Amino acid sequence: MAKITLNMITQRSIEEGAAMEQGKTNPNYFEACSICEMNPEDMKKLGIWRNTNVRVTSECGSVIVKAIEPTQYCPPGLAHIRQGVWANQVVPPRTQSTGTPQYSGFPVTIEPAPTEKLKSALELVQGSVGLWKGGN
Amino acid sequence: MPKLIKGVGCPYCGSSCDDIEVLVSDDETKILEVHNACIIGNNLFHHANDPTRPRLPRMRQPDGSMKEITYDEAIDYFAKTLLAAKKPLIYGFGSTNCEGMSAVARIAEKAGAVLDNCATICHGPSFLAMFDNGYPSCTLGEAKNRADVVVFWGCNPMHAHPRHTSRYSIFPRGYFTPKGQMQRTIISIDPRQTDTAKLADHHLMLDQGHDYELFDAFRTVLRGYDIPDVVAGIPKEKIKESAEIMKKAKFCMIFFGMGCTHTDGHNHNIDAAISLTRDLNNYTKASIMAMRGHYNITGPGQVWSWQFGFPYCIDLSKGTHAHMNPGETSSIDLAMRDEVDCFVNVGTDAGAHFPIPAVKHLKKHPFITVDPNFCMASEISDLHIPVRIAGVDEPGVVYRMDNVPIQFRSVIKGLPGVPSDEELFDRVYERMCELTQTEPIWLVTKEDRKYPQNPAVS
Repeated sequence: MAKITLNMITQRSIEEGAAMEQGKTNPNYFEACSICEMNPEDMKKLGIWRNTNVRVTSECGSVIVKAIEPTQYCPPGLAHIRQGVWANQVVPPRTQSTGTPQYSGFPVTIEPAPTEKLKSALELVQGSVGLWKGGN
Repeated sequence: MPKLIKGVGCPYCGSSCDDIEVLVSDDETKILEVHNACIIGNNLFHHANDPTRPRLPRMRQPDGSMKEITYDEAIDYFAKTLLAAKKPLIYGFGSTNCEGMSAVARIAEKAGAVLDNCATICHGPSFLAMFDNGYPSCTLGEAKNRADVVVFWGCNPMHAHPRHTSRYSIFPRGYFTPKGQMQRTIISIDPRQTDTAKLADHHLMLDQGHDYELFDAFRTVLRGYDIPDVVAGIPKEKIKESAEIMKKAKFCMIFFGMGCTHTDGHNHNIDAAISLTRDLNNYTKASIMAMRGHYNITGPGQVWSWQFGFPYCIDLSKGTHAHMNPGETSSIDLAMRDEVDCFVNVGTDAGAHFPIPAVKHLKKHPFITVDPNFCMASEISDLHIPVRIAGVDEPGVVYRMDNVPIQFRSVIKGLPGVPSDEELFDRVYERMCELTQTEPIWLVTKEDRKYPQNPAVS
């Protein structure tokens, strides 16, 4: 299957902020943050329709998110996952001695994963530290 | 009769709006309506009504479940864990008041901890640049009343600070800007066409991560030298045109955000931005301001600079003096090098907002969360202690993004038995002093101590 490399940024959005203040286990938070915005041209290269699940892999991890058309225009080559639990599965913790991780501007590979399921915030965080008790 | 409370501060973003009106029930326990706030502030106030809000600390059991315990037990565990740890890390403070920040600093001192706040993963690089290059800034009032050219560089206030544009930067009518938006020229510099960029008169859609080159190109043009035909994906003519607009302004205001600090270049981008502001002052009045994320994330910088001389990444483990060196004493780096053996998360959510490899490292050791609500950090913690929500059921001083202190009020009564951050930390400090058989000097000298005088806290 096709695989492309994009430049990833993770930034705020009002949907994320509004949902976060309702609680991070709220379905709105899941809706707002478990997505990856990318240019339709890049979707074409990947051979996917919009709203298809994709696997995003960086130097330090990978996550399944839903690829959507940008809500705020993204040029080809740039991808955006809204700040939050899903984005932070792939954000590299390297800080170049400034203390601030590379939240924006790191390379990721994206491949279609139409059969994979999106995980909830709790499953991702608790799962990463061995506390997740729910099913897969 | 429901009561309308006016002049309420909103405890969400760095704009720290202080014109919110909240309608509360006559027994002052429920928030009924919120006026003037943005959708995020609205949700925040209404979330305080949530009947499932935790009222007792919860301790993780050997089988992984959480069990409710008393505040006394939680405070005892908190104090003993901090004292047992060689180098605890106390992190957070994006969403609490200055009183809490001041109280926690005494615990950190006592425990020989590293004290850090959310700026470390946010505007930390801006601090580094300010140390190196100064900070020619002003207040948001000056921006509103004077600025006729506003530059948003790597920030998107329409999403992150929803009322910033209407209160301070684009739309409001000021003393010297009586025509509001009609009189202002807005320049947005962002790799995406954000909703802020759509509002701007000029959008420079630069190549992501090339901010430093573009700042440098602006400076070169301002000094009268030539630049290449295209810099950072922006044609020379566009850069020259924008530089000319900034130069001809009566007052040019530059706001910068995470687009500059989170990407390659980090502090050097801000360094260049500050130098650009200084260069602009050869022609006109220009000022620069960091778009701080939370309503009181400027607070720990102020409070701890006063207490220890440093705004963030404060290593107190030496016992004799405070030491700050981001990269060495910053939360993410400490976590990744496995250098801390206890983690305390206060008024933020490290579980959701730290890169996950850092969370995995921190979780190897005791993990304590102090937060009014359930969050990702609380759900992986060994101990979760609920507190009151600053700005909702606990008053306090907060610093807006322009370093202006504002007294926030509480609008509803706190949950019975649930302490504020300040009260909780004072009690932990007292317990630590009991355990080490030392005098609680800090509490003795504290004239306005709320605990144990506060009858709400049992």
